Amino acid sequence: MTENKKTYWKGLEQLTNDPEFVKNAEREFPEYLPINGGNEEGSSRRDFLKLMGFSLAAASLAACEAPVRKAIPYVNKPVDVNPSIPNYYASTFSSGGDYASIVVKTREGRPIKIDGNELSPVNKGGISAIVEASVLSLYDKQRLSGPHIKGTKSDWATFDSEVKAKLAAAGTVKIVTNTVISPSTESVLQQFAAAFGGAEVITYDPISNYGITKAAETSYGTAVLPTYSFEKASVIVSFGADFLGTWISPIEFAKQYGQGRKISKEKPVMSRHFQFESNLSLTGANADYRTPIKPSQSGLAVLALYNAIAKQAGLATVPGGAIEIEHLDKAAKELWANKGKSIVVSGSNDPNVQVIINAINDLLENNGVTVDFSKPSYFRKGDDAKMNQFVADLKAGSIGGVVFYNCNPVYDFAKGAEVAEGIAKAKVSVSTNSTMDETASLVQYVAPDHHYLESWNDFYPRKGEYSLSQPAISPLFDSRQAQDSFLIWAGAATNYYDFLQQNWNTTLFAAQTETANFQEFWDRSLFNGVYSVPSESAPVANISDVTSAASSIAKSYKAEGAGTELAIYTKVGIGNGTFANNPWLQEMSDPISKATWDNYLTVSQKWANENGLKMSEGETRKAKITVGSKSLVVPVLVQPGQADGTVGLALGYGRTKAGRVADGVGVNAYELADSSKGFTNFDVTEGVAIELTAEVYKIAQTQTHQTYMGREFVIQESTLGEYKEDAFAGRYQPKIYKEGEFVKPSKISLWKGHQYSQHHWGLAIDMNSCIGCGACTIACQVENNVSVVGKQEVLNRREMAWIRIDRYYSSPAEATSNKELEVAADNPEVTFQPMMCQHCNNAPCETVCPVAATTHSSEGLNQMTYNRCIGTRYCANNCPYKVRRFNWFKYHDNKDFAAVNVAQNDDMGKMVLNPDVTVRARGVIEKCSMCVQRIQAGKLTAKREGRKVKDGEINVACASACPTTAIVFGDMNDSNSKITQMLKIQEDTLSAIKEVNEERAYHVLEEINVSPNVWYFTKIRNKDKSEA
Amino acid sequence: MHVTSSVREPLITGGKTLKDVTHDISRQVEAKPSMGWLLAFLFSVGVLLLGSIALVATLWEGIGMWGLNKTVGWAWDITNFVWWVGIGHAGTLISAVLLLFRQKWRMAINRAAEAMTIFAVICAAMFPVIHMGRPWLGAYWALPLPNTFGSLWVNFNSPLLWDVFAISTYFSVSLVFWYIGLIPDFATIRDRASGIRKTIYGALSFGWDGAAKTWSRYESVALILAGLATPLVLSVHTIVSFDFATSVIPGWHTTIFPPYFVAGAIFSGFAMVLTLMIVTRKVFHLEDYITIGHIELMNIVIIITGSIVGIAYITEFFMAWYSGVAAEQYAFMNRMFGPYWWAYWSMMTCNVISPQLFWFKKIRTSIAATFLLSLVVNIGMWFERFVIIVTSLHRDYLPSSWAMFYPTISDVGVYLFTFGLFFTLFFLFAKFFPVINMAEIKSIVKSTSEKVTK
Repeated sequence: MTENKKTYWKGLEQLTNDPEFVKNAEREFPEYLPINGGNEEGSSRRDFLKLMGFSLAAASLAACEAPVRKAIPYVNKPVDVNPSIPNYYASTFSSGGDYASIVVKTREGRPIKIDGNELSPVNKGGISAIVEASVLSLYDKQRLSGPHIKGTKSDWATFDSEVKAKLAAAGTVKIVTNTVISPSTESVLQQFAAAFGGAEVITYDPISNYGITKAAETSYGTAVLPTYSFEKASVIVSFGADFLGTWISPIEFAKQYGQGRKISKEKPVMSRHFQFESNLSLTGANADYRTPIKPSQSGLAVLALYNAIAKQAGLATVPGGAIEIEHLDKAAKELWANKGKSIVVSGSNDPNVQVIINAINDLLENNGVTVDFSKPSYFRKGDDAKMNQFVADLKAGSIGGVVFYNCNPVYDFAKGAEVAEGIAKAKVSVSTNSTMDETASLVQYVAPDHHYLESWNDFYPRKGEYSLSQPAISPLFDSRQAQDSFLIWAGAATNYYDFLQQNWNTTLFAAQTETANFQEFWDRSLFNGVYSVPSESAPVANISDVTSAASSIAKSYKAEGAGTELAIYTKVGIGNGTFANNPWLQEMSDPISKATWDNYLTVSQKWANENGLKMSEGETRKAKITVGSKSLVVPVLVQPGQADGTVGLALGYGRTKAGRVADGVGVNAYELADSSKGFTNFDVTEGVAIELTAEVYKIAQTQTHQTYMGREFVIQESTLGEYKEDAFAGRYQPKIYKEGEFVKPSKISLWKGHQYSQHHWGLAIDMNSCIGCGACTIACQVENNVSVVGKQEVLNRREMAWIRIDRYYSSPAEATSNKELEVAADNPEVTFQPMMCQHCNNAPCETVCPVAATTHSSEGLNQMTYNRCIGTRYCANNCPYKVRRFNWFKYHDNKDFAAVNVAQNDDMGKMVLNPDVTVRARGVIEKCSMCVQRIQAGKLTAKREGRKVKDGEINVACASACPTTAIVFGDMNDSNSKITQMLKIQEDTLSAIKEVNEERAYHVLEEINVSPNVWYFTKIRNKDKSEA
Repeated sequence: MHVTSSVREPLITGGKTLKDVTHDISRQVEAKPSMGWLLAFLFSVGVLLLGSIALVATLWEGIGMWGLNKTVGWAWDITNFVWWVGIGHAGTLISAVLLLFRQKWRMAINRAAEAMTIFAVICAAMFPVIHMGRPWLGAYWALPLPNTFGSLWVNFNSPLLWDVFAISTYFSVSLVFWYIGLIPDFATIRDRASGIRKTIYGALSFGWDGAAKTWSRYESVALILAGLATPLVLSVHTIVSFDFATSVIPGWHTTIFPPYFVAGAIFSGFAMVLTLMIVTRKVFHLEDYITIGHIELMNIVIIITGSIVGIAYITEFFMAWYSGVAAEQYAFMNRMFGPYWWAYWSMMTCNVISPQLFWFKKIRTSIAATFLLSLVVNIGMWFERFVIIVTSLHRDYLPSSWAMFYPTISDVGVYLFTFGLFFTLFFLFAKFFPVINMAEIKSIVKSTSEKVTK
């Protein structure tokens, strides 16, 4: 071609070399074909044809073998739905008063993952295990597929006409609900109530915080929850409030708390946290000073704190509170020293106790700063007194019609049995519950509500803060949004979506001045998911007198209770039991007990020793707990840190009609709660008897060894005082002898070492801000299609978690021998250590695989090729961190696991699977991939846009779920990345072995020099001195 | 060539003639199966079938049928593997090493010992295959075969791959060695037989003609193979020990493993040979060929290797202490006093203490005591592998992952299966193959300067 001297012009444009033409001409017949790696010499048309021929042949051959699966392309592709491209929608999770502003990831129209909404001023991008897992509940086949009349399926038209007629004729109608934080829903309910003769709305909460709202009414004149700001507190004192795990708005509080626990050499300051509680809660596990107390002492302890502070303030003390409690005086002193930047909270539901708490915060000038009643929160609106009255009325038969709006009092109210009994006495009973649960199965009419991911709604969790939820998928069943049902029954002509928009139009849109176009306002709010209204807050003054509260406390609490006391608590994973039918949550390892699939009586080590109970590998005995006239038989779990003379039992279990997963798991503790004092009291201080039976039982725990055996190469910790003196405090720095000197282990290696010319991905994990909540574990499970294996397989120690949180108790201070170190201290210090594949640069797993199924990537990742794995398990044995998981059985499409591994077995559940991640076959090893699918997606986006990957643009599932940002992911080759700065990697080196200058950063098992890409930061406790 | 002094103890007693030798040994092959043999054979087949239920269940349902878990990824499977490989060491040692050292006493036992080796290696080789999650792929993906997956190749760094080579080499060399040795004897049987039997043994004997040249070649091949097999005696268990020694797990990562494993293998192999020989000589009336002298010599080997193993155990402890590595120290303390203390002390008792009884001449020349102790040694050696594998894995670096291993019925069943397989094969061998090398043993019938009666 080149020898031909003649030139032919295609046109004048070519002759003149018109730039527009040149550009287009190049594109018209590209000479370069991406074959032979860009080598133009070698790539010819022949090669192209050869390759095409081969591809055709290969494709047709492959077509012969591959089974035909249904994959129906869109005939008319919906706008914005592109195969393999996820869409994200801002929305809101709400169940009763539990709230989180979220972002829903959908793929091909299916919601598959939930993340926190960074724009939310409430949860600020944080998320919890329950919210993460709620996406699976969307695909729960136990949800009702349509309206049911007396247990049989009906159609909406018949249903509506019957309900309308019946309700109109019922007489007194009551609407029972959990907290509703949606203003539009409240209007709907009012409209509905008005249509049926002013039906009363009765609100109760399964986990009641009535005490706080009631006390707020006494102290400040309004029955609301305050806004808590733990980040502003230097001293935190909590009396049994598990604010990091389960109390009111734990995601938000964890986020705030985490800020106060982040320290650096430049800023060696952190909050000091005192916890006084009976059960070892997640919050107690994070406390710097934790004192186990009995529930019967809790009121007096609060009183004693009040008196101690009043004394400091030079005010009169109140009678009572003469009680000796360790660390209480210290707490009082420090609170006083940090006036205006401290916080005192109590988990008690006793209004009198909360009145004193309010008074303490007032004395400490915390009101309006860390505890702000002028900016009320609406997470709990339940009124125990009203609910008790309702139950009495229902039982008496004086209620004609009752409507249960998404609540399940038969199960989750202390007097559930009475509700069950009373429902039959009402002329008409209606429920909008979406499953045939304990309550819905007793009512005549069930109008199943949508799942929240199928619904429109608005929320008003806090003064000035609004958020919206929008459907991320069309309704899967013939359910109907409850608000629409109410509007229809009330005879309104509108649907809820219009109602909602109308409501926003008239209120929020009208009140703002930014835009004049409602659609624009609406779209923006919907896009953001949240909308804030600036709110002025005038501090509220305390109007109450503490003496009456103090005297009733002095009467009802005692310093030395003789009998056993029961402290009913809530678990981080199961919560109040609403989502009990979610196998991810059932199999979530409890942050403290590490138990799955059960609730159990937590007893102190002392009690266990006295009763001759020794737990081994989860094997224990059952005990009979009697409270008044009720008794239950439950397994016993020995819990270090449990206050002597108390036992704990978790709510949320013992469901009978939740569905296949949850039915029959554990016992229902709600019925043991005491409501004799007019409020639901989960602290049962009287009439509790425990009797150990001979029946042997196994609790499925994912971790059975409690202590870290004093192993500094695993856990490195120190106290703040020591850290201030020496930033290396608590560090264990092994040195190995080499040619006349002691050097770091990383200086001696058999390996040549990798070079990462592009990225070098890594994780930095701050054990100081990790609170152990386990949100990351569920996020990982959702993101990576991790199988649920069921209780028996957890007992067989075969759970599949890719990331786990190792929870270690301290051994007694005097322990030295191995046997002594194995036992936890009675009131141990707790350390949480998230553990996932460490992506070692000198990976022991990679060398031993006979078929090279696990290899190292050019970006520092330890990769697992499932297709190549033959399952020798050598890699798992040789993993010093034991993070590799083997598929012992076929967990997907296997009837043996269908009941528990819902997401990989039934056709509906499978919709939740992440299409970017393979569901692993039987007989292969799997493990943390550092969300390689997300890294890949992020890199592709950057490549498409012709730029470098930006720090923060890619994030792994665990890190993005972490409410305290204890896990940071990033590129260690990028000198501007957060991880590089955290680790203080100075040199601009491409070597796999990075010189890290951050004093607190360490590798677990540094001395074996496997050189992980995961760094841990020492745990620093804000203690005066090391105690254990 | 075989001139021996008249004072030397005869290796074969009872004044056997060459004809007697042929007759005594061929008798078992030619006669109808005895009732005892039939019962024993059927029992073995029964065990094989029973065990195969567990094997099929494992292959069908998955490795989850066993008691393994996230922490203990190997237990009975690899314990059994190493145990069987260890047993398979005696055959080659006896036939190759002792041949090179011209230990003539080996001639009476090498045939059976080699057979035992081959069957034990078959049993052993089963485990690396069935312990895989996906044996249907692993069985050939673990081989360096050319493939259509592009540049996908096996990982030559992996000790498991070295195992593949070590075991397959060992197996092929042992098999060839054993078969070559059988050829003259097959010919003897062929010459005595008629009918279909003649055809079969004729085929098996590869046209052996007994010519001087043939014999010469036979001896040369035997020597060459012995030369080849000798390093294998050392290499196989050395490589098996690399599975552990090259890892990072405390209790595994030990440089002493190769010699320690080889000594242990010989130790257990001789014990197994003794177990089988004592039964065989009784059942087939071969007391004149397999004499107390043989038993005593083997018992001496057991004392030596048992003591080496004992020293190795102590050295491991010393090194754990001396290393100053906490995890390593804990691993060894945990062996002694941890939850698996009983396995450790069983191992110590069976392997270190009980063989020392052989210092007493009375015990090492007692058939009953030898039989009993040979069983004890094999039990002990099984525990040794269990201790190394399970007690090291179950509590390694991170206490959060510490777990216990409990065997299931399938674990037991698969082990049973290998016993069934081993004894089925051994009984078939004992019935249809000459259990003593007739050709060789004839050379030592005259072990003194006395005249041999023809």
